[in-house]
Amino acid sequence: MTDQSCVAEESVLSFARGHRLQHDRVRDLWIVQAPEKAFVIEGSAPHILRLLDGERSVGDIIQQLANEFSAPREVIAKDVLALLSELTEKNVLHT
Amino acid sequence: MTLPSPPMSLLAELTHRCPLSCPYCSNPLELERKAAELDTVGWRSVLEQAAELGVLQVHFSGGEPMARPDLVELVSLARKLNLYSNLITSGVLLDETKLEALDKAGLDHIQLSFQDVTEAGAERIGGLKGAQARKIEAARLIRASGIPMTLNFVVHRENVARIPEMFALARELGAGRVEIAHTQYYGWGLKNRDALLPSREQLQEATRAVEAERAKGGLSVDYVTPDYHADRPKPCMGGWGQRFVNVTPSGRVLPCHAAEIIPDVAFPNVQDGTLSDIWNCSPLFNMFRGTDWMPEPCRSCERKEQDWGGCRCQALALTGDAANTDPVCSLSPFHDRVEKAVAEASEKPELVYRRF
Repeated sequence: MTDQSCVAEESVLSFARGHRLQHDRVRDLWIVQAPEKAFVIEGSAPHILRLLDGERSVGDIIQQLANEFSAPREVIAKDVLALLSELTEKNVLHT
Repeated sequence: MTLPSPPMSLLAELTHRCPLSCPYCSNPLELERKAAELDTVGWRSVLEQAAELGVLQVHFSGGEPMARPDLVELVSLARKLNLYSNLITSGVLLDETKLEALDKAGLDHIQLSFQDVTEAGAERIGGLKGAQARKIEAARLIRASGIPMTLNFVVHRENVARIPEMFALARELGAGRVEIAHTQYYGWGLKNRDALLPSREQLQEATRAVEAERAKGGLSVDYVTPDYHADRPKPCMGGWGQRFVNVTPSGRVLPCHAAEIIPDVAFPNVQDGTLSDIWNCSPLFNMFRGTDWMPEPCRSCERKEQDWGGCRCQALALTGDAANTDPVCSLSPFHDRVEKAVAEASEKPELVYRRF
């Protein structure tokens, strides 16, 4: 895997200014609000992004999700790192 | 009957007043005066109803929205309602104190407009002496505040060659995003079309400059092309009454900011009905919603749910009937009118400036 965004288990991430996670009550969707656009996030992504508080490390988030969903840690880690790397590359998240 | 899906964005045109007089202003030719503007209570209700209806983002615009003394209060309410707030401003009324108040109120993003990179070019379009220096100072203040900033440049024949310098200015000022928007030819822009419409060669050069900048990375670039040179129309507003709602200074509710030119229909006002009723039930919003209204060649076109027949206001302005296919489409029987406009746009008439 080529990891250019350098998101690792030790990383502590949060939303960059001008971006936030929000539940759209009217459409019952999770969205990320961003400058002049909003995009829908689905599947496991809202569960992951809800845990970003600027304090917990990526590793802590992986562990918490593995516990919550009783799933193998390495499966969760792969999903979490892929999502967080992608959003970091897009400057939605930062360390 | 199922209700239409709710709007995503609200364009809140707080006022038509503005210190600039750009000849391509998106406001209508008939500008609304201060005495007709909704008061603070009226705008608060618009925001509350918009959030309730399903709007996610509110764009505070004008005119110059900073001419309204209640802007901070409205931004603060938007934040409380979980509406993402964007301020679309010329920056000439911005100072450190005002910016700090907006920041504290929870403003999410600022779109700062520039008319050009040169002082002479900027003053020729905006008509306000010293505006460029004030805008640059505004950009510095915004950058220092940390509020995400998009620089917006409207381009036309006179400044289109300076797109590379526009990107350089955006990078120098630390903007995260730049919008290069070709002038849209409605209202004031249409009045000045022959003076502003770029040639095909200019457009190609502009597109090359945008692509070169995107390839460099590090700056997010939005590019709005002039559809007079296209052969398929744009999906105007993402479809009439589908994603977007505009409220004018006096409270009129429109499917787009140019829609007041549509004849033979009542323009609903938030003072007479709820936003929800207007969005769902008003004749204006249902006039061109979906595909049932479409004539040929749209009706049997496979792209009808991609471009939604293009722009109603452009169809009206160029063919005399808002229910026609947008003449930008090469399948339109009126497409020659667009080609003629392009051919005639080299006579350099004088600019007609926006005024009350």
